Amino acid sequence: MDMLDWEVIKFSFFNADSLREIYPLLLSGWGMTIKLCLAVVPLGFLFGVFLATLHSFRVPGINGFLVVFVDFFRSIPPLVLLIYVTYGLPFFGWDVPPFAAVLVAFTFNSGSYYGEIVRAGIESIPAGQMEAARSTGLSRIQAMIYVILPQALRNVAPDLTSNTIELIKATSIASVVALPELLRMGRVAQGLVYNATPLIAVAAIYLLMLWPMVRLLSRLERRMMSAR
Amino acid sequence: MAHAHDIASKFVVEAYDIHKSFGDFEALKGVNLTVAPQELVFIIGPSGSGKSTMLRCCNLLEQPSRGQVKITGEEITSRGVDINEVRQRIGMVFQQFNLYPHMSALGNVSLALRKVKKMARSEAEDRAHAALKRVGLADKAGNHPTELSGGQQQRVAIARAIAMEPDVILFDEPTSALDPELVGSVLEVMRELRESGMTMVVVSHEMRFARDAADRVIFMDGGLIVEEGTPERIFTDPRSDRLKSFLHSVTGH
Amino acid sequence: MERFLDQFFNLEVMARYLPDVAAGFVVTIQLALSVIVTGLLLGLLLAVIRAFQIRPVNWLIILFVDLYRALPPLVILIIFYFGLPFIGITMSAFVIAWIVLASVLAAFAEEIYWAGITSVNKGQWEAARSTGLGFTGTLFYVVIPQAIRMTIPPLTNRTIAITKNTALASVVTVEEMLTVAQTSLAYAANTSPLTMAAIGYLLIFFPLTMASRWVETRYAWKR
Ligand SMILES: Nc1ncnc2c1ncn2[C@@H]1O[C@H](COP(=O)(O)OP(=O)(O)OP(=O)(O)O)[C@@H](O)[C@H]1O
Ligand SMILES: [Mg+2]
Repeated sequence: MDMLDWEVIKFSFFNADSLREIYPLLLSGWGMTIKLCLAVVPLGFLFGVFLATLHSFRVPGINGFLVVFVDFFRSIPPLVLLIYVTYGLPFFGWDVPPFAAVLVAFTFNSGSYYGEIVRAGIESIPAGQMEAARSTGLSRIQAMIYVILPQALRNVAPDLTSNTIELIKATSIASVVALPELLRMGRVAQGLVYNATPLIAVAAIYLLMLWPMVRLLSRLERRMMSAR
Repeated sequence: MAHAHDIASKFVVEAYDIHKSFGDFEALKGVNLTVAPQELVFIIGPSGSGKSTMLRCCNLLEQPSRGQVKITGEEITSRGVDINEVRQRIGMVFQQFNLYPHMSALGNVSLALRKVKKMARSEAEDRAHAALKRVGLADKAGNHPTELSGGQQQRVAIARAIAMEPDVILFDEPTSALDPELVGSVLEVMRELRESGMTMVVVSHEMRFARDAADRVIFMDGGLIVEEGTPERIFTDPRSDRLKSFLHSVTGH
Repeated sequence: MERFLDQFFNLEVMARYLPDVAAGFVVTIQLALSVIVTGLLLGLLLAVIRAFQIRPVNWLIILFVDLYRALPPLVILIIFYFGLPFIGITMSAFVIAWIVLASVLAAFAEEIYWAGITSVNKGQWEAARSTGLGFTGTLFYVVIPQAIRMTIPPLTNRTIAITKNTALASVVTVEEMLTVAQTSLAYAANTSPLTMAAIGYLLIFFPLTMASRWVETRYAWKR
């Protein structure tokens, strides 16, 4: 039992001295994670909207391709994609900065998930909406932007929120390719102080960012369920 | 509602030899329809006879498989026509209203004014207010569709069409989704429109309205026009058996 | 083009590392199956416990679920792998990856099952209870069978997404497919082993993703 001694736990996981020593590292990592999210969430979302919109236009030949494209990126683990982009492309002499590599990998990966969600949203809107909009002279794109998408996105708001949470969590994978984001800096710090306190701090920061979103999501989901 | 286009042709709508197939099924088998300025043409017929399809071919919501559609003399079925420009001149009112649920009544009416006619917001909203006033809903401009009764929703949909100042409005069973007590208010607005000289094509089962307000009644069955004539003639002197049995079934004897 | 093929689809390199990657493939499958079976069962168990509505227990379950929904799996994995030895607990990397990923899946599955259980009409409870069926009987014979049906599409999607995370186990040195591919990549100075791993993942997950589309239309979860 003495291996689960509280003093040991406190020293290894909740070490205030260690925290004081390395907190600047964590803050810089947090900053990078936020920067990454601010880039990758809008990019992935817009890419998803683009994919879904294209799909809804039913251009012959395109949709089969889109389905394979989306399922391809939903089938490959993002880490594999990331390593591929990071370690594969430099063999061509293309020196991809880690941030760009992460951006590319996550845009394709999350765009495919966002795309499926938005597609379901678009399909939940009765065809009459598009017809009414077109009958007043709106173009297909205009009808999409002003009439269909606002309703579609609202209908799938819980799924979009959920996917955004997943995406923010997934950015921690960028630590593997040495992008100095939160988890990466946490591990660097762990190496310096030789205890797990920085990792716990990293977890705490993720909780701080995402727990409110998880709670919001639960509320959204419950509202949607009762609105059925 | 005088348009430059009106002068170019003596008809607002001309549709010649319209065919429409869905896969193997032929919904329209060669329909001709001409509508003169300020005319109200009423289309009746059993379910599945192709009434909606015919109407939707007039603004190319359905692309005819064969045939020609002209609006104020301009052929819109030919290649290279800007269909969005043409549709501004053809209003449409749907059975299910199809109001945009995320916008207020005012937003519903002004959207196309702003995005298609490129009006400034204030100008578009002035015009939208005027259109809402015409359908008796001046005080509902700020309400969303869910806050309106079915009859009010359909009148907003009519306002959405008239705000564009179209050459013709197509009505596809505008009162069929309404509770009986709400039908009157919508028909009242349509009657007022007709008196102001709007050209209208109406698909409906409101036979009484047809008698009072229509210039011409067209009876369709099996994707073809079977009979047409004045309301008087169609309702009191049906000639084909199909029209006789149809009238029999709707008047419920 | 030649250079591309040589770098990414080098058959000679692929042939050389095929046995290694294949061994990794087997580990990936083992890990995936362990995670799926234990995760889904644990999730169901939690949802059933939650149905009994014992306040403090429910709070614990909600806390567990929220934690696992809010924390990146990689962070949890790393805390377990690098943190536990500090207090003298050591487990094999495979077991840690298994426990962590199964817990993540259990958390998400619990939410989905619970949503399914609460969505079953109250009248069903009343009808079953009125025939003399007890609480547990009603839950197991009447409510859960109905709930399961509507949980199938979201559960399928979530299971695939979480099982894909077996690739994260490479970070804690589990000898699964991605680890092997990366080691081979370093030895061969060639990307082809990674291509093989990518193909391996596609072999597993592409059919599943396609199947999930079918499941979605078949058991459409209309809200
Ligand atoms: N998009 C479509 N795909 C396949 N068949 C269609 C489509 N639209 C209409 N049809 C078919 O074409 C025929 C005519 O349909 P239409 O909607 O024009 O009939 P209608 O006269 O308006 O009937 P109702 O009074 O029921 O509205 C029907 O048999 C219908 O099933
Ligand atoms: Mg119809």
